[in-house]
Amino acid sequence: MNRLAAVTHELVIEIGEIPILVRTDSAEFARLLEERYGSYVTAAIPRSAGELEIELGWDQLDVADPEEGVRVRFDRGHWVMERGDLRGEWDAESRRGCVHQAVNPYSLDTVLRIVHSLILAREGGFLVHAASAVRKGRAFLFAGVSGAGKTTISRLAPPDVVLLTDEISYVRQVRIQNSGDGSKNEASLPPDAWNLTSAYEAFGTPFAGELARVGENVRAPVAALYLLAQGTENRTEPVSESDAARELLRHILFFAEDAELVRMLFQSAFDFVSRVPVRRLVFAPDARVWELIG
Amino acid sequence: MSPLYIAQNRQVAARELGGEMMIMSPRDSTLFSLNDVGTAIWQAADGATPLEEIVERKVCAEFDVDLAEALKDAESFVRELAGHGILRVSERPIKEEEASEN
Repeated sequence: MNRLAAVTHELVIEIGEIPILVRTDSAEFARLLEERYGSYVTAAIPRSAGELEIELGWDQLDVADPEEGVRVRFDRGHWVMERGDLRGEWDAESRRGCVHQAVNPYSLDTVLRIVHSLILAREGGFLVHAASAVRKGRAFLFAGVSGAGKTTISRLAPPDVVLLTDEISYVRQVRIQNSGDGSKNEASLPPDAWNLTSAYEAFGTPFAGELARVGENVRAPVAALYLLAQGTENRTEPVSESDAARELLRHILFFAEDAELVRMLFQSAFDFVSRVPVRRLVFAPDARVWELIG
Repeated sequence: MSPLYIAQNRQVAARELGGEMMIMSPRDSTLFSLNDVGTAIWQAADGATPLEEIVERKVCAEFDVDLAEALKDAESFVRELAGHGILRVSERPIKEEEASEN
């Protein structure tokens, strides 16, 4: 037996501070992933129960149509994801899974988005079709369908803006613990011990759109969500809470055919728009739009 | 013609905001925004009240519309929602445990 075939290559891809351990028996594929995910690859392998694993098979599947929508269903205790170029399974309880996929790191992108969306849904977070960026320590999301201007507004950002993504934004609810001395940190004690509030934070992701650039691996509290609309001038417009919820739901990534998950994401969307300002951003394709942001 | 009965699928995600009922299908994640009339029908869908009675009491009385026309529109409306798993439609009363069956 070829000794090289027995070697397992491991790397941890951490997005939104949720690590996933990826194993592959291909050194070449491991190198591809390290290049693809850049600063999202960490050296440390977490020991906690939150550790996640994905095993990559090397079976050649029919790559009938990688652009076809992936199907995600709950079957006998675990999630099954299928598309022409991949077939994977994921156990949400043990946070372990496996995937057989084409020799293509972008297939793994799809798996990671699905896995993260499943994890986030249970925490009140979500992935959303939106660009996002940090300015003066606060994150701003720019939601829109393909062609709405997510990449354009990302390209127009001035130097003081840190780009998190131009395509898929990552939003988590973070518990903020108010201690008696006025300092704040993420909660680890039970709620009855402290006055707890939570805040939405956006995290950088490696999921790039036409910008073809991995986002900065940083995080910041979400200050506003902008709904993009193209126009001949730059202005913002108020949006009713119901319109905000409707638009946000339109852009949240839903993968799974599962009633409970849909309910969770639905509630998260309503909670988000009740706590984060949402406005429509009509903008002309020039950098002055950023005078309205932050 | 047999009366129709309608019941909410308790598994759906639904929220009223600003007088508008928003409901998301668990089957395909389609989002529905119901206007006043749709919201009135949805809220009255208890599985025990015939649709005609709902339309007469909640729609015709509130919105001053003709019963026959309103009932025809309501039947089309509830069948569309049933197609997305949001409502259950039956020719007999619907028990609560049946309402959430796929």
